Amino acid sequence: MGAMISLIAVLVIILAALVGSMAGLQYVFGVILPYTGFTILLVGFVFRVLDWAKSPVPFRIPTTAGQEFSLPWIKQAKLDNPSTTMGVLGRMAFEILAFRSLFRNTKAELRSGNLIYGPAKWLWLFALAFHWAFFIIAVRHLRLFMVPVPGFVEWLDKLDSIMQIGTPPLYITDVLLIAGVTFLLLRRLMSPRIRYISLPADYFPLFLILAIATTGILMRFFIRTDIVGVKEILVGLATFHPVMPDGIGPIFFIHATLVSVLMAYFPFSKLMHLGGVFLSPTRNMANNNRMVRHVNPWNYPVKIHTYDEYEDEFRDLMKGAGIPVERE
Amino acid sequence: MAKDLIPQEMLRIDYNPPKTGWMDTPVKIKPGIYCHPAKPEKIADVGMPNPHHWNPLDEDWNLPENWQQIFFDGMRERLDKHRSFKIFMDICVRCGACADKCHFFLGSGDPKNMPVVRAELLRSIYRKEFTTAGKILGRLAGGRELTASVIKELWYYFFQCTECRRCSLFCPYGIDTAEVTIIGRELLNLLGLNINWIQEPVSNCYHIGNHLGLKPHTFKENIEFLCDDIETYVGIRINPTFNRKGAEILFVTPSGDVFADPGIYTLMGYLMIFEHIGLDYTWSTYASESGNFGFFTSFEMAKRLNAKIYAEAKRLGVKWILGGECGHMWRVIHQYMDTFNGPADFLEEPVSPITGTRFENAKSTKMVHITEFTADLIKNNKLKLDKNRNNHLKVTFHDSCNPSRAMGILEEPRYVIKNVCNYFYDMPDTTIREQTFCCGSGAGLNASENMEIRLRGGLPRANAVKYVHEKHGVNTLACICAIDRAVLPASMEYWVPGVKVAGVSELVANALIMEGEGDRTMNLRGEEIPKGEEGSDV
Ligand code: SF4
Ligand code: SF4
Repeated sequence: MGAMISLIAVLVIILAALVGSMAGLQYVFGVILPYTGFTILLVGFVFRVLDWAKSPVPFRIPTTAGQEFSLPWIKQAKLDNPSTTMGVLGRMAFEILAFRSLFRNTKAELRSGNLIYGPAKWLWLFALAFHWAFFIIAVRHLRLFMVPVPGFVEWLDKLDSIMQIGTPPLYITDVLLIAGVTFLLLRRLMSPRIRYISLPADYFPLFLILAIATTGILMRFFIRTDIVGVKEILVGLATFHPVMPDGIGPIFFIHATLVSVLMAYFPFSKLMHLGGVFLSPTRNMANNNRMVRHVNPWNYPVKIHTYDEYEDEFRDLMKGAGIPVERE
Repeated sequence: MAKDLIPQEMLRIDYNPPKTGWMDTPVKIKPGIYCHPAKPEKIADVGMPNPHHWNPLDEDWNLPENWQQIFFDGMRERLDKHRSFKIFMDICVRCGACADKCHFFLGSGDPKNMPVVRAELLRSIYRKEFTTAGKILGRLAGGRELTASVIKELWYYFFQCTECRRCSLFCPYGIDTAEVTIIGRELLNLLGLNINWIQEPVSNCYHIGNHLGLKPHTFKENIEFLCDDIETYVGIRINPTFNRKGAEILFVTPSGDVFADPGIYTLMGYLMIFEHIGLDYTWSTYASESGNFGFFTSFEMAKRLNAKIYAEAKRLGVKWILGGECGHMWRVIHQYMDTFNGPADFLEEPVSPITGTRFENAKSTKMVHITEFTADLIKNNKLKLDKNRNNHLKVTFHDSCNPSRAMGILEEPRYVIKNVCNYFYDMPDTTIREQTFCCGSGAGLNASENMEIRLRGGLPRANAVKYVHEKHGVNTLACICAIDRAVLPASMEYWVPGVKVAGVSELVANALIMEGEGDRTMNLRGEEIPKGEEGSDV
């Protein structure tokens, strides 16, 4: 159900871009929408992160995933249970660049009355491939926005097409991205448990990204577009001198529109996990809880049962039992 | 209740969720899964809001008139006060990595016990009420209306979470469903909806000093009874002090250790270790509880109960504080105490008076864990031990959730056990240390009326014990948590008969050769130590 709605939504976007660009609204789909999407992404992202940051972290609550800093002869798990800032940086780097926690994943099975836990690395593998591919593709696209093309982008481009299959050469990341999204999508559709927890908001970005990747690949290999014209538009966008040359095929506008929608959708959706992962208090704090005092900005005094009240209540009993009291 | 539950039937668990979505399936509250509601007077006498009579099986829960408003206001306040809550409401991608990590899901197959769904129960309300998309798109954006039936569902499932954090370990963003549960329970408490197994200890602890409501003289007498037992089995008279000003160290431990079997053996262990090394310490009848059931109602109540420990340390003029074997007590001490009630600048940085070791990791709270303390004693050869006395024990260790996943105390207890027992076998890697499974009854869920869910939740732990029981003949499950000692015996009896539960300090004391001791033929439980093994090499 959620999947159907999301698929239809993406198809509607595609159709709108196709019809619109053929009806002479190229400027809208090639310039206005991308600018709008990008602005929403930027402003929305910053706004969301600031909004999170506005809420304090009253308590120090890291999840400890290994041995604590303890007696000198006990080996601490410096990365999984860091007690220093350096350790935290290491932990976060592993988390963000290599999906450390997901790598830990196990799969539980009940076999003749026994619970068995096997490794479950597929999600980690495909998620990692997907995210890295997405990132590299985004960086690679800078080639189209910049003159001259910076060295590292050229280099990345070369590396990515190192397999040299066909002309133009096939990008490894294109394959990984499609494989990744397909895996994530099929997993949601086929696994009863994952389907059970999935919302439309989980399918929509997957279909959207799949459509973006597909139109991108189509444009490169099958429905050739005037690449010189495309670059002219993109450099125009990047330098704030938008131009709209003639003869650009609708596939470009579809691609551009999908990307614009993704950008605009980003800050309001679960895709914000990109920002959130940096701010997660269970991961980005050092476990030096007993060593260094942590201050809660909204700490307030509370009513407690004082010793004096306690003694007043139990003085006779205490005296009877030979327990020292403050006042006789 | 446990008698009617047949293990074979309990094991028929279907992990496939039903066809109907969770939003369309209203909660069905089943006896055996929930605890009795909190008595209004127990809520009222600690000044918490909205005490009232209600019954989980009734249609009408007698909620206060403006209950929705109270709930929303409470939510808004907590979103502003806790970044964790706000972020955890926003960034879950529903990847499902946490789904099969919860012992309650593994033991029950109830899909709403998947941590992701447990949090989604509240997240759906958050979306509908606090996000623009949810306000406009409603269901399409994953939002849903807060109805009385939803409140029931939240209550049912937040009191089926032991706040063990196992799910958090596996989440790629560190989303801690325990944190969501903690805050969710706070919200329910605003409506007067808690369980009596939590609320009564809270009230007792506040007014009398400890969860069990042991008055000062009873507290002292109980410990003296245990000293009598020690005299019987060990031949040594120990005379601990109470509320003694000028002692060097204040010792606090959960009252469960003072009162109930097998916790009392652990307490006898503390007494013997301290006597052996000649520690200058005192017990307190005022701070006679280090566990903190307030933590299972609200942060505020946790702080109110926790305050006693520092206040008493200050009044007595001790140098620092030593804490016994307990799970959530240490979560509160390690993660919250200094923030709640610090700075403890009237205390000194803890240094072991016996070994001179400086406990750097407790520099600020000035509170040391008994297992750290004992490990240091052993490392420095300050304990005379005959580990052959424990030769009839084949031991495995249950990492309690809180000390492992909120603290990281993993090696110390193993080091201690290996130095006092010859036979130690760890359970499979995926079930211990940071991946440890909950006992199934933490966070105040260890009542008798919810035995079915306790046993179900205890299944993953018990199953791993069963593995070493069958493979190595393990007969003793050691732990460093008073709740574990209270609830694991029932779980073991049900799932793995033949395995007993013991605190680590109990094992130490059984191996301890005390000066002037008699012929040790009995262990602390009054059981005969099998002959022929003493002194024999293994
Ligand atoms: S592992 Fe984390 S992100 Fe994934 S479903 Fe669970 S809580 Fe959500
Ligand atoms: S904290 Fe523990 S009990 Fe609660 S949802 Fe997570 S795994 Fe389950």
